[in-house]
Amino acid sequence: MSYVTGVGLTPFGKLPGRTTLDLMSEAASAALIDAQLERSDVDGLLCGYSTTFPHLMLSTAFLEHFGLTPQYAHSILVGGATGFAMGMLAHTLVESRVARNVLVVAGENRLTAQSRDAAVQTLAQVGHAEYEVPLGATIPAYYALVASRYMHEHATSEADLAELAVLMRRNATRHPGAQFREAITTQDVLGSKPIASPLKLLDCCPVSDGGAAFVVSREPTSNLRVRIRGAGQVHTHQYVTGAPSLTEFGARASVERARGNAGIALSDLRYAAIYDSFTITLTILLEEIGLAGRGQAGERTRAGYFDRDGELPLNTHGGLLSYGHCGAGGAMAHLVETQQQMTGRAGARQVKDASLALLHGDGGVLSSHVSLVMEAL
Amino acid sequence: MQASTPLDWTAGGEGIAFQSCPACDHRWYFRRAFCPRCGSAPPADRQASGLGTVHAATLVTRAPSEELRAHAPYLIVLVDADEGFRLMAHGARALSIGARVRCRFVAFAGRLIPFFDPA
Repeated sequence: MSYVTGVGLTPFGKLPGRTTLDLMSEAASAALIDAQLERSDVDGLLCGYSTTFPHLMLSTAFLEHFGLTPQYAHSILVGGATGFAMGMLAHTLVESRVARNVLVVAGENRLTAQSRDAAVQTLAQVGHAEYEVPLGATIPAYYALVASRYMHEHATSEADLAELAVLMRRNATRHPGAQFREAITTQDVLGSKPIASPLKLLDCCPVSDGGAAFVVSREPTSNLRVRIRGAGQVHTHQYVTGAPSLTEFGARASVERARGNAGIALSDLRYAAIYDSFTITLTILLEEIGLAGRGQAGERTRAGYFDRDGELPLNTHGGLLSYGHCGAGGAMAHLVETQQQMTGRAGARQVKDASLALLHGDGGVLSSHVSLVMEAL
Repeated sequence: MQASTPLDWTAGGEGIAFQSCPACDHRWYFRRAFCPRCGSAPPADRQASGLGTVHAATLVTRAPSEELRAHAPYLIVLVDADEGFRLMAHGARALSIGARVRCRFVAFAGRLIPFFDPA
């Protein structure tokens, strides 16, 4: 048993003048205040990575800067899956009594510290340096290759994908910290600038500055009562060329592991926080996990199923697509939002019932999968 | 097994090299010193025919650098080679999933890369 006792999240977007350590510190401070903990209460620290501050020992660089002396600390790098992987490890460390209060933190000035080209090139390096990157491939291109095959096999249209971008934007209009808060239509998505077919600009998450943090503890530290009930991972490949399939990934098996140790069914879920780096990512994950039938995610979204007041509210903060994506901290915003929904603190975004949630993230090109089940008590 | 080293575009040659396992007959693309399925070593280095079928395709409009923007848009494909492995390459704009293709080599950003045309 472990509790998510505090959360912290900066606005995402253009935050000039802030370094990686500034953004991490801002989020970490907010999470400790939320958990009603002092720095001296933190005995475990997990950090993500920062492409703009690629330090070999980011966790100790951060703990010295922030003023922590934990008994356990290191960084984790599994791309977009990093945030939930840190959540799973924090849960495991707490359950195995290695630590009592684990601070999990990530942040990056990914947007303002470099040119857009530099960001695109850095991220493209998750591809193979000899066999893929020299072809001018980019992260959107890797996902677009997956999209072309998946849409071919499962009768999915670009308009179906666009529904998810529209929903994420509608959600973001209700969050003051979101990078993009102006409502969009499916026509806006379909008419946006081509990036790598079938993906267009509004099918892709932005590059953002931002920071996120949460605390996982052995016991509640305030009147907040949210626990991590189960967790699972599956890793199948790194490079899209080497993926066993472009239509079946590790998401279902990862979620089944998390559901298995939580002892719950998909039908028990009341809230979903699913990684949405691209509209195709969200589409595939929803369908593979089983939250929509194959080829049905767009239709189900159009019908309001994933709306704030629908059957299964999804990424109510706007997700990576509209709240923004600052790297390792990107998916952590999904966890922060889940905890705020579970504790009735989501303001204009508050859903009726978020008592049981599934969180799922992927890293690489649907390569690394991490799932968490969170529960409000 | 072939006596000579296969031509390999990643090393400047006009050819697609792949590897296979003498023990379990697994075939793969990214070179390594052992079979990733059964662990046997050494693997056989082989030359692909350059024939295959398009498995996935994307037209890249947003190139990652100024140098590559001069080439955009370009079609990136994943091709299932007839020998039983998958590779990434460029291809003719008209290609779609399921098309039978044949490889040639073209200059791209200062090096030779595989480029597939309809077979």
